[in-house]
Amino acid sequence: MTERVDAIVIGAGHNGLVCGAYLARAGLKVLFLEARDTVGGMTSTCNIDDDHRIPGLAHLSFPVCPGIRKELKLDDFGYSPGKAVNTIALDESGRHLSIGQQIVSAPGLGDRDVSAYVQFKKEFLDCAKALRPLFESKPPRLKDMDFADKLTLAKLGWNIRVGLGRESMYEFLRVAAMNMYDVLEEVFDDERLKGALAADAVLGHHMGPRSPGTVLTWIARLYGELNGPLSVVCGGPSQLGHALLQSAEASGATVRLRARVKKILLEKGRASGVEMEDGEIVQARLIVSNADPRSTFLDLIGAPELDAMFARRVSQIRGAGDVAKLHLALSGTPEFTGLSASDIENRLLIAPSANYVEHAFNHAKYDQYSTDPILEITVPSLHNDTLAPRGHHVMSVTIMYAPYCVAGGWQEQKATFEDQVIAQIGRYAPGLESLIVNHDLLTPQDIEHKYHVRQGHWHHGEMTLHQSFMMRPVHGAAQYDTPVDGLYLCGAGAHPGGGLTGLPGRNAAKRILATGTST
Amino acid sequence: MIVKKEHFRQALQHSPFHPRLAALSQTEEWTGWNGYMAPRILDKLSTEYFAVRSSCSVMDLTPMEKYRISGTDAYRFLDRLVTRDLSKLKPGRVTYVIWCNDEGKLIDDGTLFQFDEVHYRLCSQHHQLDWLMTSSMGFDVTIEVETHDVAALAVQGPTSNSVLKEAGIDGLDELLPFGIASLYCQDFPVTVSRTGYTGDLGYELWISPDNALQLWDAIFAARARYDVHAMGLSTLEMVRIEAGFIMPGFDFNTAESAVRAGYDRSPYEVGLGWAVNLDKGHFTGRKALLAEHSRPAERRLKKIIVEGNKPVGEAFIYDGKNGRRVGEIKCATWSPILKANLALADIECAGGNLPKHIWARIDYQRELKWMSTWAECRVVDKPFYRPEHRAATPPKHY
Repeated sequence: MTERVDAIVIGAGHNGLVCGAYLARAGLKVLFLEARDTVGGMTSTCNIDDDHRIPGLAHLSFPVCPGIRKELKLDDFGYSPGKAVNTIALDESGRHLSIGQQIVSAPGLGDRDVSAYVQFKKEFLDCAKALRPLFESKPPRLKDMDFADKLTLAKLGWNIRVGLGRESMYEFLRVAAMNMYDVLEEVFDDERLKGALAADAVLGHHMGPRSPGTVLTWIARLYGELNGPLSVVCGGPSQLGHALLQSAEASGATVRLRARVKKILLEKGRASGVEMEDGEIVQARLIVSNADPRSTFLDLIGAPELDAMFARRVSQIRGAGDVAKLHLALSGTPEFTGLSASDIENRLLIAPSANYVEHAFNHAKYDQYSTDPILEITVPSLHNDTLAPRGHHVMSVTIMYAPYCVAGGWQEQKATFEDQVIAQIGRYAPGLESLIVNHDLLTPQDIEHKYHVRQGHWHHGEMTLHQSFMMRPVHGAAQYDTPVDGLYLCGAGAHPGGGLTGLPGRNAAKRILATGTST
Repeated sequence: MIVKKEHFRQALQHSPFHPRLAALSQTEEWTGWNGYMAPRILDKLSTEYFAVRSSCSVMDLTPMEKYRISGTDAYRFLDRLVTRDLSKLKPGRVTYVIWCNDEGKLIDDGTLFQFDEVHYRLCSQHHQLDWLMTSSMGFDVTIEVETHDVAALAVQGPTSNSVLKEAGIDGLDELLPFGIASLYCQDFPVTVSRTGYTGDLGYELWISPDNALQLWDAIFAARARYDVHAMGLSTLEMVRIEAGFIMPGFDFNTAESAVRAGYDRSPYEVGLGWAVNLDKGHFTGRKALLAEHSRPAERRLKKIIVEGNKPVGEAFIYDGKNGRRVGEIKCATWSPILKANLALADIECAGGNLPKHIWARIDYQRELKWMSTWAECRVVDKPFYRPEHRAATPPKHY
């Protein structure tokens, strides 16, 4: 007999869990089908070897959206954002820059930059605040708006005009479509500071600071900061994925791990269930896909079951991953020149100037990995001592840029790239190489296979303007419902996109509960 | 390919039949058709018209868009492309098909030939390669333009069967309407389909361009016993309106040519709802058409007979004489055989209903002086001209 539930959520990453938890709370019988052996998707912990564990992909995060935290009672289920960390922008000569939420300090940093940073952060956090209604609702349609869409636009208009005030609104409208590089040039003098902020604006995207739209990606990142300070993801029961699963389970949802969906089944054009890889069929009247849009439509549904132009639009989604991840198991505490032991608990960033970041991106445009990449380093074992044996540590490094398709093929290039990155960190942390007991590099192709996300893209698709808001992932599927009745999107490929906000999941659940449960 | 390397030096290319057409042309009235030089009128409109309605007329169809579609998924690809249920199509048969974009708006129409389970030919009014390629994602199918590789000739009219027999093509008597036969003319192969755009008995012949002139000469050799004429596009326009056939891009804007919102048309709006099957599997536009199907059509393309004998050119349609303007005539012809003004008109249907009294305001010239008159219009649902002998199998022999 085939199992039947109300809603199947494909993929128990954080957005899938958020969406499923809301649906379960609304009384639906929810089943999560997760291909991997753990929930939490890119936030889940994985093994480097038998002794060393490390956060898989996302090693830093802002707290989840407070509304979700409250409504799903995540704190009752053990969730707590980790200890706040600052960003330390590393300088090869040891004149490191410490960047907090409001304060920046460094040897040799001019007073003008120090005060400009305070003003800069305030202005852009205000912009992120003004855009809140847009992030936290389904993106409004411009044609055939419903009441909710009009309300979102009205709130957005109010926030921008009245919330920001006239001067800030003018400034917002001026810079919104600019690139980050130009904005930074206007405001700051210090190269280290510009480099660090430029890196923040492009992290996870196939964009350099001079690419159009990078002010918007920076604002999207700041949206996360509205929820609280950045912290290191380090596994354990306080993690988002665990708390979300427990919250969902408390409402009656169930999860099946190592359960990979092969096809979404259709009955007269309506999604009616899924077929698992082992041939098992599970039926449901709602199928919610947390898989990326291209996998959902082109693999799980198949172009022949879609209208031709829609299928083409989906196939044209820009979303080739450009980030690699390096995991190092270390036999001791790494030491960085000019940093104290407690400094290493922070987020360490190698992006010494905005030009450095742009240069790093140049390579990626031509299918090469950066010879001097942006590196974002954490040592999660300093926050959770169960990740490594006593005295040992694990280091997590996000590397940009490492294009999905690299000339010569990753098979050939991977070892060289890995050595190059380790040597680069070694310039800031002498002696690192001698501490390495094990290492593991994930290229975008590895990320694709490990996390089942097309082309290994963190955000399931570039967050460019033409793939945002009412065009995310493509028009025709931008309000979480899709051309296939009964099928919904709830992942990072949907509005408002990637990041550990949980918003695509929550917005999708609201949409489903508003439209999908009656049929 | 008969497209020569230097083809771009010539604005319009010559079809393989061109030497014969050029020899017959007394008017030199040529026009462009899909990049080819095609005759509007060769000698006299009335001669050409009466040939197709009372004896036999030949028309060069080479410029028509032709696509060779093959592969293991060819059937699935086509069934997802067109709105019709193709499961009834059999090898050796032809069917009329239409296809829509995602919004359920018509892109084009055409005839689909099934040679066997994995080999098809799609003939269309407009260039469709881009849409076919777009639609092919996810299918194991090969799509090739064969417009220039296949010469085509329409042989139409009550005596067309006899003419072809006289030309040495045997085996047509048992061929049913919409059937395909692989035959020989002299020593070269000819694929014959019992299809056409005239509403009369008629055939379309598909051959290698290398044999084009031989075929033409064989058919025109039948002039010894039968009246055989060549016809141009002007005659075709008359007879296709009589037969009630519509022409995408002329009688209505196709989805790919419409610029303004609401200027494109759905199958229901142009009277092609019969060619849409919402119960078959998925096809492009199905969801949009399903939604549209449940609403009354807001406008319809209707066949009308306009009273009187004033030539109907471009005219507006009104709800009652001197009433509200509700539409316009898209194409019209005087039908010599029916002695009537025939037209296709795009008419608004408030609440799904046609206006009770439809009138046209006709502007015409009398000795170069513009006159205006009102003519009542009668809506006709069946084709205007649909002779019995069209479908008789075997056809009457002359």
